[in-house]
Amino acid sequence: MKIDQWLESNTFHHSEFWDVRQLVADKEKQNLKISLCIPTLNEEKTIGKEIVIFRSELMSRYPLIDEIAVVDSGSTDKTLEVASNYGADTYFSGDILPEEGFKRGKGENLWKAIHQLNGDIIVYVDADITNIHPRFVTGLVAPLIYKPETHYVKAFYDRPLAFSQGIRPSGGGRVTEILTRPLFSMFFPELTALMQPLSGEYAVRRQVLEEIAFPIGYGVEISHLIDVYTRWGLEAFAQTDLDKRVHRNQATRDLGKMAFGILQAFINRCEQLDMVNVKSEMAHILRQFQVNGEQIEQQEFTIIEEERPPMKTIKSYQEKFHS
Amino acid sequence: MINKKETIQELEQRVRACQDILLANLVMMSETPAPTFHEQDRVRFLLDRFREAGLDYISDDEVNNGLGYLPGPEGAPTVALVAHLDTVFSDKDSHALSLGSDRVKGIGIGDNSLGAAVLASLPHLIQLLEIPINVNLWFCGVSRSLGRGNLGGIRFLLDHLEQLPDQAICIEGAPLGRLNYTSLAMMRGEIEVEVPDEYDFSRFGVMGAIVHMNDIINRILEIPRPSRPQTSVVFGSLHSGNSFHELARKASLRFEVRSESDDVVEMIEKRISQIIEEVRARSGVNIALNKIAHRSHGGLDFSHPLVQSSQKVLENLAVEPKIGPSMSELAAFISHDIPAITLGISNGHEINTLDEEMEVDLIFKGITQILGVLQTLNVEGELS
Repeated sequence: MKIDQWLESNTFHHSEFWDVRQLVADKEKQNLKISLCIPTLNEEKTIGKEIVIFRSELMSRYPLIDEIAVVDSGSTDKTLEVASNYGADTYFSGDILPEEGFKRGKGENLWKAIHQLNGDIIVYVDADITNIHPRFVTGLVAPLIYKPETHYVKAFYDRPLAFSQGIRPSGGGRVTEILTRPLFSMFFPELTALMQPLSGEYAVRRQVLEEIAFPIGYGVEISHLIDVYTRWGLEAFAQTDLDKRVHRNQATRDLGKMAFGILQAFINRCEQLDMVNVKSEMAHILRQFQVNGEQIEQQEFTIIEEERPPMKTIKSYQEKFHS
Repeated sequence: MINKKETIQELEQRVRACQDILLANLVMMSETPAPTFHEQDRVRFLLDRFREAGLDYISDDEVNNGLGYLPGPEGAPTVALVAHLDTVFSDKDSHALSLGSDRVKGIGIGDNSLGAAVLASLPHLIQLLEIPINVNLWFCGVSRSLGRGNLGGIRFLLDHLEQLPDQAICIEGAPLGRLNYTSLAMMRGEIEVEVPDEYDFSRFGVMGAIVHMNDIINRILEIPRPSRPQTSVVFGSLHSGNSFHELARKASLRFEVRSESDDVVEMIEKRISQIIEEVRARSGVNIALNKIAHRSHGGLDFSHPLVQSSQKVLENLAVEPKIGPSMSELAAFISHDIPAITLGISNGHEINTLDEEMEVDLIFKGITQILGVLQTLNVEGELS
């Protein structure tokens, strides 16, 4: 599928799906169940309103979502208490599939959610969105409901930057533009059609989620895209413009760690696909510097992109969903 | 299904079970900026809620009021439920709201995003909880209430409605227990001092606008104020100057005179005008008094059935009534001889500051109070 053609047919704006009643009717006709998963780690400031908005608008008012679950990595603030107060099912990631152990990371929460939640479609929405709105779910599940050939729907956002004369760049964040987009351009040109490949909001069919591996850290999104693309092709994707997303701005140093994890996951995938051949073992230490008074200090961070296998290979999952 | 035996506490429990409806509306209402004269986005949201609840005669008007109508039994009297939609905050301020276990934090919640959110939720809640209502209800989100808005929205509405409501209940975010049924006489004004470019400092001395404004403030404070009827002068804001080392050329003061007597407000207003004349003549600076808003004193008697039934509902909810006058939309109804009260929804902290927050748990008591009062209206074919 050509990129232009895909952009024309598989890129949406959330306003195209304003009719939630119709969405619910089509969902019910297909007998689909939809689960919302919010992975968390210390998100007490924003989790409460995410829960009440989704419960009120997409469960009570329009029964689009069948369950809302918060899967937590071990928050030390009141994230789980607040989420539970407002009606979400709350889980500590380590309590799900305990025989598989617990690893700390967002990807771990997303992976465990596949086992814990019951939906045919799982929508992942980050917990740090301060301008939360029902469109963050409706815009992502609608292409899956209306287009059976679509399996994986990514969000993208309006990121207004300084502009003049009516032209303004529209794209991803710093890591996307500096790292991910150049990598995709070199190795998977068709994936450059995704405006914001690293966005944390996406909706996916269970039969796809259970087939793909999950890096537990920063590399989960890029691995998903490569795995789904190589197996099902570009036509399996859609993307929806959700307008503005207001969230915490990350420091450049933190983005460095993110980029390091993403690069590991990317190279791992390329090796598996015989696209590159790294002859020596890759190091897992990221070295950064900071100035402390008159001293320049060195800091080392060990970042290893561990990976969870496809959920379909886990015995407990097989018993729950395929026996 | 509600029945005659349901106590107000049982109703409160049923309201609590619907917490996500109200809180979601609170989030969406609060995060929609609505500075006075720019309430259109909130009106759009409110009317969407009215549409979803199936109200009749859903409409907006040229000053950004939003209306919906829920018919009662045939021939029933009509009650207006009113909340003002505007806040004192600019659309440049962050309107992000944070919902904790026991507090909800965000600008403009108490005055009056919470009141507006309750108005948006009531049609849905009345249907969902099957609350028996024996009156026709107008749900009115009104604009231009605060500051220079001077109750412009509700005044426009009352001047243009074909048939005025028989009674009204105004909803304010805070505090819970608030029971206003009288309106204070009030004059809201702004004094502007400006030192002209050609000012003769050799004749008048080296004094900038701040010193002249200070003189005016001191003279206003010397005006005798009776303890009965209760009277006060409130200085709300003062702006002047830009630096350490340059004389301020302009100063502005916003103030209100409030009293239980129209005559006293008029007397103080005249005295302020005289002070300004004197200072202007003596100093040679330009001084203007702009009258921003005016209210007349009036209201219901304490024995009015609407007041009595509201007080009873509050007592049944174990909420201490906070009785006092108001200068909100209530004043507009009083000036049209329409019996009206103002009720509050929850307790707030640091209202109208950037650290504003409200207590979540009390919100459901506040809504129960409104539903309880609505159920007392016209129960035996007469408006109580």
